[in-house]
Amino acid sequence: MSTFPILQKKAPLPNFTATRNACKLCAPLGAALAIRGVEGALPYLHGSQGCATYMRRYIISHFREPMDIAASNFSEASTVFGGAEVFSKGIHNVNKSYKPSMIGIATTCLTETIGEDMKLILNRVETGEGSDKLPVLIPISTPSYRGTHMDGFHAAVLAIVEKLAGRDEAGARRLNLFPGMVSAADLRYLKEICADFGIEATLAPDYSETLEGPVQDEYIKIPEGGVSIKAIRAMGSAKASIEFGRTIQARATAAAFLQENFGVAAHRIGMPIGVRETDLFFEKLEKFMRKPIPTKHAKERGRLIDAYVDGHKYVFGKRAVIYGEEDLVVGLTAFLAEIGVMPVLCGSGGESGHFAESIAAVTPNLAGKIVVREGVDFMTMEEQARELKPDFLIGSSKGQHMARNLNVPLVRVGFPIHDRIGGQRILHLGYRGAQQLFDMVVNTLLARRQHDSPIGYSYM
Amino acid sequence: MGEILKERERQVIRKGEQSHIMECEKQSASGSVSQRACVFCGSRVVLYPIVDALHIVHGPIGCASYTWDIRGSLSSGPELHRLSFSTDLREIDVVMGGEKKLYAALRELIEAHSPKAAFVYATCIVGVIGDDVDAVCKRVSNDTGIPVLPVHSEGFKGTKKDGYRAACDALFNLIGMKPTDDVPEISINILGDFNLAGEIWMIRDYFKKMGVHVVNCITGDARVEEIQRAHGAALNLVQCSGSMTHLAKSLKEKFGTPFLRVSYFGLEDMAKALYDTARFFKEKDPGVMQRAQALVQEEISAIMPELMEYRNALEGKKAAIYVGGAFKAFSLVRALRTLGMSTGMVGSQTGNNEDYEQLRELCDPGTIIVDDSNPLELAAFIEEKGCDLFIGGVKERPIAYKLGIGFCDHNHERKIALAGFVGMLNFAREVYSSCMSPVWQLTPRNERKAREKREECAA
Repeated sequence: MSTFPILQKKAPLPNFTATRNACKLCAPLGAALAIRGVEGALPYLHGSQGCATYMRRYIISHFREPMDIAASNFSEASTVFGGAEVFSKGIHNVNKSYKPSMIGIATTCLTETIGEDMKLILNRVETGEGSDKLPVLIPISTPSYRGTHMDGFHAAVLAIVEKLAGRDEAGARRLNLFPGMVSAADLRYLKEICADFGIEATLAPDYSETLEGPVQDEYIKIPEGGVSIKAIRAMGSAKASIEFGRTIQARATAAAFLQENFGVAAHRIGMPIGVRETDLFFEKLEKFMRKPIPTKHAKERGRLIDAYVDGHKYVFGKRAVIYGEEDLVVGLTAFLAEIGVMPVLCGSGGESGHFAESIAAVTPNLAGKIVVREGVDFMTMEEQARELKPDFLIGSSKGQHMARNLNVPLVRVGFPIHDRIGGQRILHLGYRGAQQLFDMVVNTLLARRQHDSPIGYSYM
Repeated sequence: MGEILKERERQVIRKGEQSHIMECEKQSASGSVSQRACVFCGSRVVLYPIVDALHIVHGPIGCASYTWDIRGSLSSGPELHRLSFSTDLREIDVVMGGEKKLYAALRELIEAHSPKAAFVYATCIVGVIGDDVDAVCKRVSNDTGIPVLPVHSEGFKGTKKDGYRAACDALFNLIGMKPTDDVPEISINILGDFNLAGEIWMIRDYFKKMGVHVVNCITGDARVEEIQRAHGAALNLVQCSGSMTHLAKSLKEKFGTPFLRVSYFGLEDMAKALYDTARFFKEKDPGVMQRAQALVQEEISAIMPELMEYRNALEGKKAAIYVGGAFKAFSLVRALRTLGMSTGMVGSQTGNNEDYEQLRELCDPGTIIVDDSNPLELAAFIEEKGCDLFIGGVKERPIAYKLGIGFCDHNHERKIALAGFVGMLNFAREVYSSCMSPVWQLTPRNERKAREKREECAA
């Protein structure tokens, strides 16, 4: 469609076969993160040991919290003869050590490639010796050669809901909320919003406490918090589901599953970042509760727009490169466009096929002006950004190399943030999140201006 | 101890209480949440610091993403090693094979970056889908004229140690390719230092002052051409013996180069490394020893006063150690003693029987010695022994912090040089700044301890 920004699959710049500094992670990582958002649950990878260790290290460096992921620890023999034995051993061992209420089992490229029959080996464990002691086991298909960590995240949420959700009269007034991959602070804030509305919400997943907990006197094997299995079991009786993410519309999601199988109305909206996208979210909540936005939040919206007014000159016409998971980028782009920043390049390692149209939908006045690249890596983005001359970049800390090479500041948001503290506390969503993002963007630009100025102004 | 899985019981030794031989060098128990990574990791960390080589991971994207710029290995020149390249295999490649993609990727990247060599890391599925990586490497090498080396590092094919071996094999294929006529008689290779925080530059400087020529470091700040001349050195010094002994043995076999095991951590071990080297060359030049002695004396007297201040503050504190290779653990136990600290628990991911017997000898009675441990065990050991500090890597950090005790990063990501004499001072500062931080007073553990103390006094 001509009104959409151009989706350039082939770059005018050299197009490499190799992925150079990837702007994505593999699917099992997303699954592990989602599993961590269920109360008492433990992530488990059916594959080589290194996968679990690498993902643990990657997630720990962001959250700075323990992140235990178990694995079958494949050997050469299990690769040749199948992993049924190591799987059974692994599940029983991890159950003995951690006593989880649920084990989420993500596959890996290895087990998918050798064609492990998960149904069969799972069934054997579920009916075999000692099975009475096992918690609920949830298999999730996450071959690392298909999709990105975001696909793994959604697949895990769907698998958990598919396996557990049923009807429970106690859940009849509830709202199912599927926020996607957001920060711990975002999750806490969503719960606060729902509470302020008087909405009983089931937020899935919810790692706000499991991945940001207090210092302990003794080591807690599985941190407290997370959405309870009981609440998930009642999801089929909820009044409605809200799911964030414009690019996930065409796929099977947890909300779609609940609508199809239990008739729970599914509402899919963009990640509520910035005023306009957040307004859509609050409208949904107002309709759900048949009551207006609580004063506290209306006031926050007011203060946010006041801040936009105060700071508009600092950001108007500034050029930004935005990268990360597709739905996060769509939300950030909506926010930047509404404050007068020009999003010159939107990039993601994801390949949903809906990235460009989603960007177009949130930037109606910028048709044709934004370069949107799906399935892109950091080196390609850097080459393109060199021509687009951005004033700043916004995205995870993995853009640090690009920012350094381009000599432009980086506003760190999303996941992962490996070179600063507090990534899990960054608020992106809602009016309050937009306020924090706005202050961050403005202050980053002011700091750069002040630093680069020979005068060193005291008032900016 | 409820935290230890049955099949792991013989991988733990309490010195003085248990006399069994450590059961080690075996595959991690399934479901054990081992702190180890995989074969690929072993290869990747060893070869990663070769700064003018192209490193490409052949497989789906994860392995490349998780190892992008992963080590703090510094370069004095090119920084090609800090970029992450992957064939990013997709479903279609899994079905059709990834050889064509690998070939194209290599040709384009070599064209763009002009590396001196390329390493191709085979990950889990590469063998399974039947890619002939060796053949592709040979073809690209013929086309481009640079060595293109396959690294057989499929994750499931053993442990991290097997990855070290695969990396050593790839390195060994490079050595001997360049002439060594201009290499002086008194010369060494430094094996098993990865130039974290510029440590190798410090060590090189020590040897320079002693009159010992360093041909090449494998692999800290390494250049391909230097590696190709490594057979010219008179002696190989092996640190990180777990990863590099295999290469040292191969060099001894093929070129007759003897090797010494050394460590550059702690005053005792650093001095011993220099003295052992000097002793090796004493017939060729007795002056080497004199210069070594002068250097050690000068270096130690320069840091001693400050070091003693830290010792006064740290005396009596107890540490836990969990590191990759056991050889580093020996040095750490000794370095902690220099600071007046004891070791309550010490473990490694990849130690062998000899290592663990040596640890048993070195440690105080009651010390827990552990092989291939996991978070639940480590936390339980730390609590049991009442440790004040945990020394490990990123994955160990949250265990320490959740329990409210100090932590010192002695792994890939450290930004502070901990090797050499100055490194010992830096280490002391690190330990001091973590142990003495006032934040611990606010943690539940210490609040409880303080409360118990008050109650005791009152009673």
